[in-house]
Amino acid sequence: MVRREPSHLWMHLALIAFVLVTIYPVLWVLALAFSGQQSVGIIDLPADPSFFERLRAILPFPEHFSVKNFTEVWTEQSFGRWMLNSAVVSLLTTGLGVFLACTAAYAFSRFRFPGRNQGMLLFLVSQMFPGTLMLIPLFIIIVKWLGLGNTYFGLVIVYATTAIPFCVWMMKGYFDTIPIDIEESAVIDGASRQTIFFRIILPLAKPAIAITALFSFMTAWNEFILASVFMEAEANYTAPVGLRFFVGGFSAQWGYFAAGSVLVSLPVVLLFLYLQKYLISGLTAGSVK
Amino acid sequence: MAAIEFERVSKRYGDVEIIRNLNFGVKAGEFMVFVGPSGCGKSTTLRMIAGLETITGGNLSIGDRVVNDVHPKDRDIAMVFQSYALYPHMTVYDNIAFGLKIRKMPDAEVRKRVGEAAAILGLEPLLERKPKALSGGQRQRVALGRAIVRNPSVFLFDEPLSNLDAELRVQMRSEISQLQRRLSTTTVYVTHDQIEAMTMGHRIAVMRPLQADQPEASNLMQCGTPMELYDTPANVFVARFIGTPRMNMLPARIADDGSTVQLFDLNLPVSAQFAEVARNQRGRPVLLGIRSEHVGLAHEVDWNGTVAIEGTAEMVEPLGHEVIVHLMVNGENLIGRQRSHAGLPQPGDPYRMVINCEAMHLFDPATELRLQ
Repeated sequence: MVRREPSHLWMHLALIAFVLVTIYPVLWVLALAFSGQQSVGIIDLPADPSFFERLRAILPFPEHFSVKNFTEVWTEQSFGRWMLNSAVVSLLTTGLGVFLACTAAYAFSRFRFPGRNQGMLLFLVSQMFPGTLMLIPLFIIIVKWLGLGNTYFGLVIVYATTAIPFCVWMMKGYFDTIPIDIEESAVIDGASRQTIFFRIILPLAKPAIAITALFSFMTAWNEFILASVFMEAEANYTAPVGLRFFVGGFSAQWGYFAAGSVLVSLPVVLLFLYLQKYLISGLTAGSVK
Repeated sequence: MAAIEFERVSKRYGDVEIIRNLNFGVKAGEFMVFVGPSGCGKSTTLRMIAGLETITGGNLSIGDRVVNDVHPKDRDIAMVFQSYALYPHMTVYDNIAFGLKIRKMPDAEVRKRVGEAAAILGLEPLLERKPKALSGGQRQRVALGRAIVRNPSVFLFDEPLSNLDAELRVQMRSEISQLQRRLSTTTVYVTHDQIEAMTMGHRIAVMRPLQADQPEASNLMQCGTPMELYDTPANVFVARFIGTPRMNMLPARIADDGSTVQLFDLNLPVSAQFAEVARNQRGRPVLLGIRSEHVGLAHEVDWNGTVAIEGTAEMVEPLGHEVIVHLMVNGENLIGRQRSHAGLPQPGDPYRMVINCEAMHLFDPATELRLQ
């Protein structure tokens, strides 16, 4: 039996209002992407618009539907190429970042060594500086010294290193919750450190690995500033840099921009949906107690 | 099967000494129980046998081999943890088979061995389940299966039953005992529960936390069969640790002629066992230990040599088959037992019971050692 509470109505109205404010820009991007044109105004207003025609103009709903923007972004622009660049960089970053974060976090969680606490603290401190602060030093190291400008690997190194501190904290926190008894039991069963790490610990840490992987992937996939500095040649652009190209100084192709934005966000959404099944707690249930 | 030998074994963490001068052995095929209050070092000692803790001093041998620096996996031991420590992402089958697969045993042999272990423990219908779909007792059996499948020369148990409910604990207690008797594998079993110790072990090692005022004393208080510990406790600690309720421990004195023990205003004839001791200790103070089952009602018992003792009833605990009576005598607590629960005293009533003098234990009040 549900008792009607009138106050809930107002609460829901307020929440709906907030939701609208939040998704309004997203809806605009969608509307622009599917409008088939390049201008931000997606409605043809008459010279002397009435009140309702003005209201219609701010609704994120295009007058004509078309997938022209999507097909053109893919065929006439080099957006496919840029998406591929982004994918390569992001996947390499994810692989490298997750592997290094897992191994480092396991060491921080299980071993006692000099500098252990300081190390964790340094990771935390590194997160306190804004990324742009590191732009110039990184440019000097990656482009000038290592000569890795305009390469995938230059970006991968930078993205992985910036993502690792958060990932290590994340993974260490999770490793700490895995009972040491399980490992000791495996030691007595005859397992080596490597076996324990790969066959016992990592399978149990799937939820944390999923989060870490998602975070690493998004760090690399969405990053704009470093990529725009390091990738000078148009063929090497990543997707976010490419998007900026549509609405640069010379052009205002808002339709391409919107369609590109939708395409860029799709992999992250899909990745999230895929990883969701690992984001469950209680993987260690049944082991102890 | 292998014997385990401790030779002056010690363990310290930094400045904190946990284990000191441990000297004793576990015979091949024996079921040895380590028992003691928390902090007595029993689990640490077990973990040293397993190789999960390093040894600070002395030698530990398994079989003919000193294993101080031998890796756990090369010690040919299996261990059952208090928490079971199953691999939660693996099925029961894989949990049991893990140790065999790691050692690169052929698949057919693994299947055969896991099948045998599962049959012994009644796990056959559960082999495809994950640990979280099992009850506490079933998980405990999987942990046992993981130990026996490797056919090791030593089993180690670290308080394996403390997470189970009372009924299951009794059942698993006998299952583990029977399993050990059947396999005849040398076993070391740690518990803080003296009933587990008394019922399961061939021999029991009673341990105590190190005492600041006894810089030479070891953790090991006594090692012997359950009945040895019960009938001839080597010191006050063992006397009071083994047996429920605790043994009564009363200040007394050997009479000047050495034939009686003077307890308050009573004269208890010295038992034959202590006759010589009493002659040597004339006029000296002693601690008189007497178990509660040797303090009873005159008309219920037929002991030779009883002495009546009068006190005030403090607390009366009827258990059904018997009644535990706490008496206050001259400011000392004396616990006795009686069968009849008719006409029980109220707290504060004067009450009269008798002591079985033949069953007395005498200890030195200074060293707390049994007089002999």
